[in-house]
Amino acid sequence: MSQIVSEGTKPAAQCLEARKISFRYGKREPWIIQNVDFCVRQGTCVGLSAPSGTGKSTLAMLLAGYLAPEEGEILLNGMPLPKKGICPVQLIYQHPEQAVNPRWRLRKVLEEGGRLQETLLTSLGIERAWLERYPRELSGGELQRFCVARALMSNAAFLICDEISTMLDVITQAQIWRVVCSEAEKRNMGIVVITHNHQLARRLCSRVYGELSGLHF
Amino acid sequence: MAYIQNSPVLEVRNLSVSFQMNDGLYGQKMLQVISELNMKVHAGEILAIAGSSGSGKSVLASAVLGILPENAVVSGELRYNGQVLTHDLQKQLRGSEIALVPQSIEFLDPLMSVGVQADGHRKPYPARKRRELFKRLELPEDTGKRYPFQLSGGMVRRVLVSTAMIADARLVIADEPTPGMSVEQAVEALKIFREMAEEGKSIVLITHDIDLAFAFADRIAVFYAGTVVETASAQDFQAGPCALRHPYSKALWRALPQNDFEPAEGFQPYAGNLPKGCLFAPRCSRRTPKCEQETPSLRTLRNGEVRCFHAE
Repeated sequence: MSQIVSEGTKPAAQCLEARKISFRYGKREPWIIQNVDFCVRQGTCVGLSAPSGTGKSTLAMLLAGYLAPEEGEILLNGMPLPKKGICPVQLIYQHPEQAVNPRWRLRKVLEEGGRLQETLLTSLGIERAWLERYPRELSGGELQRFCVARALMSNAAFLICDEISTMLDVITQAQIWRVVCSEAEKRNMGIVVITHNHQLARRLCSRVYGELSGLHF
Repeated sequence: MAYIQNSPVLEVRNLSVSFQMNDGLYGQKMLQVISELNMKVHAGEILAIAGSSGSGKSVLASAVLGILPENAVVSGELRYNGQVLTHDLQKQLRGSEIALVPQSIEFLDPLMSVGVQADGHRKPYPARKRRELFKRLELPEDTGKRYPFQLSGGMVRRVLVSTAMIADARLVIADEPTPGMSVEQAVEALKIFREMAEEGKSIVLITHDIDLAFAFADRIAVFYAGTVVETASAQDFQAGPCALRHPYSKALWRALPQNDFEPAEGFQPYAGNLPKGCLFAPRCSRRTPKCEQETPSLRTLRNGEVRCFHAE
């Protein structure tokens, strides 16, 4: 992954930006991401669709501040990501079972994201009884709804969605994206959609990177 | 379609699975996750299982392999080549005759290199053959020496697919083998399953990639709320809603991004709160008072099977 990706020309005020970032897992390991520029504005939805193992999930974690780039920087509206508090860039992860604390009931998991919003829970089809259960008692698809709710409750400005609907059936997929898109529109959020499903990317995104040329975005 | 005549390799008859859950301090409650499920898989066939998330697809896989958690209560019958699958028989067959391609990457041992894990019971498997297989699945040459944490999600899935091939099992249950793979890699993985089926093996392919299932499976069983609501040939799914029988199958087809991307109203009922009568009735536009009172049984219709009073 070593090419320039940018949304428009000069980044305007509300924008999440990666500037010439490089990353590898350890000094002796190969570069996973090298010299990548990437930018997404608020109110837009950008798709990334590149082969498995080329650093999509790593880029997602860099953009959301889970990993720090070895070179380059991640900027939100021109400033580094805040170190304290809920991050305004929220990552929804590919494996929901790894994104929740296995020892917490789901009510507590959700409350990490802010105050429970009844309408949001209803629109995502979260049964109230599930709130009192532990993550291992729910299926992957059920857990992913909680992860989506948690991210949306935090009032984030940007959402990074890393294969969030691959483990869901197509009806649930359509339902969840309907909720995410309508909330994003209401709050003028920026969304990065990482998916292998070209049909889905085409439905959701104003532009899709990765179909352009082989290994590069 | 020779498989229609021969007797099924795996037959599931009236299977129900419940989990005993704690409810409050002393209370106990049963959650029914699979209800009266019937299904057959023949030699040389790929049966895809599609359907709702949380409809019990993975639980069915665990039930066939005998690896359900201890709080599970099972009724009904499982038969493998006509023999009743007892717990001892399951223990004897799993890993060799019956192989699982697990859904979660957490099934791999984090402290063992993936090459050794891929070999499984056929250890030591010829390294050359394994390398060829890995190459086919677009895995880099040194993948066998790597540990699970060093691989991406899609790479781990491809390693898991290779385990089924290496195990040379007669019945393979692949639980969501393709997420995280690119379309080309997923197609290659399914071609491997197709080849195994051509050799006379039976493949149960649990998947949400239903467009891939249409292309590679022989038949598709549609799961909803813990039971099979329809089994149809892959051609029926390719043909679209008119050829399908159950309203839920039609809704699945419509929700695909390349079709209408239109979700059906409502949600699948929760296992602790199943409706009386037809499980799909609360979401169905064609429901009648009969649907809310009686449970339809699986009946044969136009060379397929359906669990609906009104399907025609």
